[in-house]
Amino acid sequence: MNRLRHTVVALAGLLFANSALAGVLPEDRSDVMYHLYEGGGVRIDGPSILMRKQVGNSMSFVTNYYIDTISSASIDVITTASPYDEERTQWSLGMDYLRGNTTMSVGYTTSTESDFDAKTYSLAVSQDMFGDLTTLTLSYALGDDTVGRSDDPLFEREADRQQYGVGITQILTRNLIATLNYQAVTDEGFLNNPYRTVRYADAAVPRGFSYEPELYPNTRTSNALGLRMKYFLPYRAAVEAEYRYFTDTWDIEGHTAKLGYVHPMGPFTFHLKYRYHDQTGAHFFSDLFPRAQATNFRGRDKELSPLTSHTLGISGSWEFIEQPEGWKFFKRGSLNVSYDFLSVDYHEFSDISAGQPLGEEPLYKLEADVIQIFFSFWY
Amino acid sequence: MKSFGKILLVLAVAAGAAGCSNFEPWVKPYERDRLADPIMALDMDPVSSSYIMHVYEAREGARGGEGAAGGGCGCN
Repeated sequence: MNRLRHTVVALAGLLFANSALAGVLPEDRSDVMYHLYEGGGVRIDGPSILMRKQVGNSMSFVTNYYIDTISSASIDVITTASPYDEERTQWSLGMDYLRGNTTMSVGYTTSTESDFDAKTYSLAVSQDMFGDLTTLTLSYALGDDTVGRSDDPLFEREADRQQYGVGITQILTRNLIATLNYQAVTDEGFLNNPYRTVRYADAAVPRGFSYEPELYPNTRTSNALGLRMKYFLPYRAAVEAEYRYFTDTWDIEGHTAKLGYVHPMGPFTFHLKYRYHDQTGAHFFSDLFPRAQATNFRGRDKELSPLTSHTLGISGSWEFIEQPEGWKFFKRGSLNVSYDFLSVDYHEFSDISAGQPLGEEPLYKLEADVIQIFFSFWY
Repeated sequence: MKSFGKILLVLAVAAGAAGCSNFEPWVKPYERDRLADPIMALDMDPVSSSYIMHVYEAREGARGGEGAAGGGCGCN
């Protein structure tokens, strides 16, 4: 099981929210992608295939097949366990139904790993109004997770997730469009990773600390509010800016900002972006607890530590089948390559792999390369 | 979640009322050519944006609220 499991509900909502263009069905399109993440001793790669096809005048179906092949020797793994290989397979199926200016979407996603299963059901309604200047989207998703342990076939815990979303997309001027999204997620059940441990000071052992299992609260509610704007420049190019505020009942508060620039040049389109994220830590996070069972809840998951991350990304696409000529039954076709460099500074999570004396360990820093290569076809 | 229900009710009423109004859009349909340009799509490549969101959410404590929530240029 990897930590990516937490994202299944959010992504299920995203898949269908993205397609929720009220008043018009999404374009028929297929994408075949290879993705690679490599950094911090972890390598995750695999395919993602997305297909969308309209049936009749009012219905559109979408399916996504996605695989993560994981080879992990991360900082958590090398300090407390053994490197492992794992595979996660995810299937999504969705349908959009258009009636007048209203689009209704339903979706189902299933994600399977050897020790973790997640099922998500999602529903969204979008309505165009005010002369099609405004699109309102309401969404709901229900997630049902089953957590296991690879070393204990009898271990089985449940977690339920519910996601509520409201989004408004607004045309502000003939060059400017904005979208405001609010998303609330509630979790209930077994929310921690069954393999992870925390460390506590222990004078009885030479290294000065020992480990015990993590113990998270069994509820969590989070709220996220994001504003995104895109502006068409005086020449044919666009700039985009985004800000997201996040807060939850575990006392994590986050600020995320992103800037992007899109520049077409003949059959090529280039995209540059920078993203910044800063967050406080969960109230039960500690790099080193003073003793065993020192608090009711405890965690040392580095993602729950105060941290700052930076991402610098560049991508290029080449449209090798162009409109209006097309080719065979394809209207358009493109090859896309993107590279993102992700850097994360953890402010309270120590790198204990170097074996420094207790209290002198450096803070951990993660650097990762994220590569995507995909073909897109419109038909 | 009670307050969320109220928000939904207000938005649903607003959406319903909008359907009955004779609203004059300040950006006319024939002025939306730039907004209809593919480079202005809020989500240019859904397969890519959902993947990169997946990467961020796995490595940070925050989730949701990012990206496009739908909508479009009203160019249909």
